[in-house]
Order: sequence, then structure tokens, then C-alpha cells
Amino acid sequence: MNAQNYIKLDFPSLSCNEAFARTAAAAFTAQLDPTLEELGDIKTAVSEAVTNCIVHAYPDEIGRISMRLRILPDGQLEISVRDWGRGIEDVAQAMAPLYTTGGEERSGMGFTIMESFMDKLRVRSTPGKGTTVVMLRTVRPRRKRA
Amino acid sequence: MNISSAYSAGRLTLYLAGELDHHEAREAMNSIEELLDEYLPRDCALDLSALSFMDSSGIAVIHRVSRRMREAGGRTWIENPARQPRRVIHASGIDRLVPVSTR
Repeated sequence: MNAQNYIKLDFPSLSCNEAFARTAAAAFTAQLDPTLEELGDIKTAVSEAVTNCIVHAYPDEIGRISMRLRILPDGQLEISVRDWGRGIEDVAQAMAPLYTTGGEERSGMGFTIMESFMDKLRVRSTPGKGTTVVMLRTVRPRRKRA
Repeated sequence: MNISSAYSAGRLTLYLAGELDHHEAREAMNSIEELLDEYLPRDCALDLSALSFMDSSGIAVIHRVSRRMREAGGRTWIENPARQPRRVIHASGIDRLVPVSTR
């Protein structure tokens, strides 16, 4: 699929970048004329994906996170969040509601929230090499909705 | 993220304002623990009307407050969540554990 527009951002896995990443994603998505609810959903999903990299991919080090957003035909927004960290041994288990290895500061609901706020969620991971989360959400221009 | 509180007749209301994510969660939880230690309330209301953003880190905070209050024989509920936190609360299912009241 040809992207009509895209951004790519690389940043270190510092927790202060969680707010930066979701705000940048919202600013890029604004050109699709989203509703407040759609913007909130996109910010939430980005926040979850980036937090996973910071907490789970790079638990003891600061590593690189790469976020790419693409606008595909028919108002589809594709969000890809990639790291080169620890990776996930068992993706299905990691995605199960309430499952977490992050202790009591984590709720284990990150993937559940990404799944419920996005139309599609795909997770590819290789232990020791890293993880890529790709999410799709259709944002239809409001002027065409009526 | 800013937390303020009001105490009256055994009930502590915590007003959470701003954005609650993983970056903010630890400090928020420490502030909340200090307030719970200080007031030892019977009931705790989490007012989220001025919370403009929350992700699953906020769910973990709500969970911890609720567990701590339950262990002390007290109750917890969420009051007036703004639109985005309300969607996260609903998607996570925590509203089955901690009641949500709206104005």
C-alpha cells in the first residue's frame, strides 16, 4: 500500500518521551480530521506501545525506540512502534488481559487497551532481537460522515 | 500531573488533574499513599474530572488504591471521569471492581 504521508521518529526509551510520542502522533493524525474520541484512542494506544518498550524491552538500559505513522488510502492510519530490546518469548501470553511481568506498578492491560482502541493490532517479536507492534485505525473525515 | 485532596467525615476525595501515564504514575502513587497514611479515611473517592489523559498506568494506580482501601475495610470509587479516562476505565474492566459515579 502506498502511504500518502508519513513520519518517523526515533527517540531513547526515557519515560518522559511517552507524552512526547502520543502528542506527536496526535499532531500528525490531525490532518485526517479525527473526532476527539478518535484522537484520544490513538494517543492511548501509542502511550501503551511506547510504555511497553520502556518497561519491558529495555528494563535495565536506555535503548532506541522507532515510531512510524503512515496515512494509507481510505483514511487508514498505521502506527508502528519498534524496539531492539529483549523481545517477548510468548506473545499470546503477553497479550492476555492482566498478564504482566512489570510488578504492581503495571496493570497488565496495555495490549487489551491497544486491541480495543484500534481496528487491528499485530505484534512480531524475536527474543533477544526486539519487538514491532503495528496498529491500524480508520479515521474517516467528519465532513464526509454526515 | 497534580493531586489535591479534601477530607470530610471519613471520606477522602483525591482530585487528579493533568496526564497520568507510566512516567507520572510512581510519583502519583507515592503522593496518594502519603495522603492515605495521613488521613486513614474510611472511604476514598478518586475524582477524575480534571484528568485529561490516562493509560493503563492509571488503571494500576486505581487498582492499588482500591486494594489498599479494601484491606483496611474501606471503599473506593471513581467520580466524574473525563471522556478519555472513561473509555480506558471501561476497556480495562476496572469499573467492575471499582464503581464509577457521574454527576
